[in-house]
Amino acid sequence: MSSPILKLIAQRVALGIVLLLAVSVLIFAGTQILPGDVAQAILGQSATPESLANLREQLGLNQPAYIRYFHWLGGALTGDLGTAMSSGQDIATSIKGRLWNTLFLAFWAAVVAVPLAIILGLIAVRYRNGWVDKLISGLALASTSFPEFFIGYVLVFFFAVKYQWFPAISTVYDGMPFGERIQAIALPAAALTLVVLAHMMRMTRAAILNVMQSAYVETAELKGLSAFNVIRKHAFPNAIAPIINVVMLNLAYLIVGVVVVEVIFVYPGMGQYLVDHVTKRDVPVVQAVGLIFAAVYITLNIIADIGAIVANPRLRHPK
Amino acid sequence: MADTKAKPGLLLDIRNLRIEATVFPPGEAPKNIVLVHDVSLTLEKGKVLGLIGESGAGKSTIGLSSMGYGRGGVRITGGEVLLNGRDILKGGKEGFRKLRGREVCYVAQSAAAAFNPAHKLMDQVVEATLLHGTATRAEAEKRAVALFKKLSLPNPETIGERFPHQVSGGQLQRVMTAMALCSEPDLIVFDEPTTALDVTTQIDVLAAIKDAIRDTHVAALYITHDLAVVAQVSDEIMVLRHGRLVEWGGTRQIIKEPRQEYTNALVSVHEIEHAEQKPGATPFLSVKNVTAAYGGSHIKVLKNVSVDIYPGQTLAVVGESGSGKSTLARAITGLLPPEEGTVTFDGRPLANRLADRPKEDLRQLQMIYQMADVAMNPRQTVGTIIGRPLEFYFGIRGRERDKRVAELLDEIEMGKGFLDRYPAELSGGQKQRVCIARSLAAKPKLIICDEVTSALDPLVANGILKLLLNLQQHEKVAYLFITHDLATVKSIADSIAVMYRGEVVRYGAKSKVLTPPFDAYTDLLLSSVPEMEIGWLEKAIKGRRMASAGN
Repeated sequence: MSSPILKLIAQRVALGIVLLLAVSVLIFAGTQILPGDVAQAILGQSATPESLANLREQLGLNQPAYIRYFHWLGGALTGDLGTAMSSGQDIATSIKGRLWNTLFLAFWAAVVAVPLAIILGLIAVRYRNGWVDKLISGLALASTSFPEFFIGYVLVFFFAVKYQWFPAISTVYDGMPFGERIQAIALPAAALTLVVLAHMMRMTRAAILNVMQSAYVETAELKGLSAFNVIRKHAFPNAIAPIINVVMLNLAYLIVGVVVVEVIFVYPGMGQYLVDHVTKRDVPVVQAVGLIFAAVYITLNIIADIGAIVANPRLRHPK
Repeated sequence: MADTKAKPGLLLDIRNLRIEATVFPPGEAPKNIVLVHDVSLTLEKGKVLGLIGESGAGKSTIGLSSMGYGRGGVRITGGEVLLNGRDILKGGKEGFRKLRGREVCYVAQSAAAAFNPAHKLMDQVVEATLLHGTATRAEAEKRAVALFKKLSLPNPETIGERFPHQVSGGQLQRVMTAMALCSEPDLIVFDEPTTALDVTTQIDVLAAIKDAIRDTHVAALYITHDLAVVAQVSDEIMVLRHGRLVEWGGTRQIIKEPRQEYTNALVSVHEIEHAEQKPGATPFLSVKNVTAAYGGSHIKVLKNVSVDIYPGQTLAVVGESGSGKSTLARAITGLLPPEEGTVTFDGRPLANRLADRPKEDLRQLQMIYQMADVAMNPRQTVGTIIGRPLEFYFGIRGRERDKRVAELLDEIEMGKGFLDRYPAELSGGQKQRVCIARSLAAKPKLIICDEVTSALDPLVANGILKLLLNLQQHEKVAYLFITHDLATVKSIADSIAVMYRGEVVRYGAKSKVLTPPFDAYTDLLLSSVPEMEIGWLEKAIKGRRMASAGN
């Protein structure tokens, strides 16, 4: 590893941190702009001007916004995300288990979706413009075009109701055996896979087709390599940067965009937690979840950038 | 083998080869065109056959047919290709894959593009050998290192560990030759292997290829458009035109006693008589002590350059890639403002930056580029392209503009029929003519020609040069002619500036610059230009005083 690459990576990481701080300001400001404040929300109908003033004093809401921002940010950085208004529970504690559940679901969806999408993309390139290519592209596009709740209910109808292979409701609990856990998340993971598959597959296909025009692909063909090896050994390594990008975007979607799927399958993840508390207007929870989602998104995009940098031999091996 | 008609000693026997392709002309139904019309050739083991012709002659197509390969939908529709006595066209896809990289190997024009940027050189060099299982990895790598040595590459033991972008173009071309030789094939197809290189690098690569062919006894099809180059390496030469055989004979016969008119035209193509004009009293454009750099003065690409251009005359700037020729043009036009020094025009200094120059100054300096097709808007017609400077600089519109455009088309020897054509419908030479007309439309005092003939076939380039000389006489326009091709310089220049690593190393009237005694670099440059003479290569290598920079 050489210094220009380390410098580039350090730049990306620093940029990501700055970006995350900017997003935290936006999240904080956004919740401030909303009418009413936490004191009002807690007291609700029973609010009198005196009790409001007292509670504000107690919660520190009389302090200027920037002081409250730094207080909130400082807390978030040390793992204290505040207390949920609706339940009075510590947010960090209730999020921990749910974040883990969401990551578990996203991980298994990704483990299936990413290799499948890339392999399908490679096959589509190998038989480009033939019926195999068209079939793969058509099915992938169709699965993306259906709304995820539709796919979710179709999966439930067949695999939970008709054949009863998997449960319709993905209940998981602490200490659940691994096998049962996997069985519980099979349907939501399948729904998520179908949603993100096409995007990655199409990008893989397009990125590889782009390099198939290169002179070095012709060189490989003239060495007698089989069509599939030409794609795998010579085209794919040069198409990896755009593929990493789109894979990371979809991984981010698997974590922050699972709201609908989690609700359908009543899965105790971050998305459901967020939806529950949005309806209750529980601002501290919405802030905390928003910040975590932003962090996930930015981190994955930094990883995509770094991946693209490391994949470039000109940067990896300077002259 | 099955075919007993093959003579012993015969490696490749192509009989009545017919190659077709489907083209999709805009706005018309797809149609079939014949690229190669029933061409036959034979090649004995260990011999070199040069295939020569202009672009579209079908030389690469024929060369690749010996590997059963057709670029972009090209189909072999007739004839036989007998390699080692069997018809490879009957072998199918599997058969092709078995012979590619084993019996026949390919060396491409641009090794820089033909090597995969993601893999180390050694992995790519031994790939075909390992694929076909003719040697173990250790044996193949040993063979590769020996070949690197034979091709006089620097650090032969370790160069394989490098990536393509870490090696110069001339070296890559030799590594590619090593790659082709590594699987010990019977035949190598060299497809313009030195065309993309500087002359001074070309001669080294050419000598390395020639030695390697001689020592390994491999047979070769050597494809090029440059007769002088092919004369150095071939035993026989085949001249092709529009996919048909023109003439086929021994190298000496083809270059000394060509029997066909077309071959004769190719042999004598470079000779234009151009009497040198004496410099006038005062130059109208003077470049004084100009220093310019890219990337915030880190890399100085022009160092203290001074040249003068006289009205109606041609200053040729020669040098190899990276010598600063094009940067000089950029400094004069204001695209790259000089850090030091001035450009004077008609006795007054020109603003350094393009943005600070008045329209009138812009009009006086026009440019023509190497790649005519990307220098024109593909969605505008020839009439619009040539008419644009008339509107922009002179405000001429309507019928008057159309009349002037017609005159300009006449001047570049193209008729009114081209007015409504789009650039894509023109040939390479016609495109460059339109670019010339566009620059003339501004009635400039100076036209900067940046490698304007380098992308053209010799005969077409010759026509462009003659046109430029004619126009100079009529319009009294001066040229700053940037080129790496010394033959072109002799044909067109009145004075010459030789550039090397950002400096002008030799400057003066043409006759003076081209007369000995030479400085070391000019000598290298002049002696590296291939001559149509058998044995020139060996003589030139022996007589060299300095090594070329590309190595």
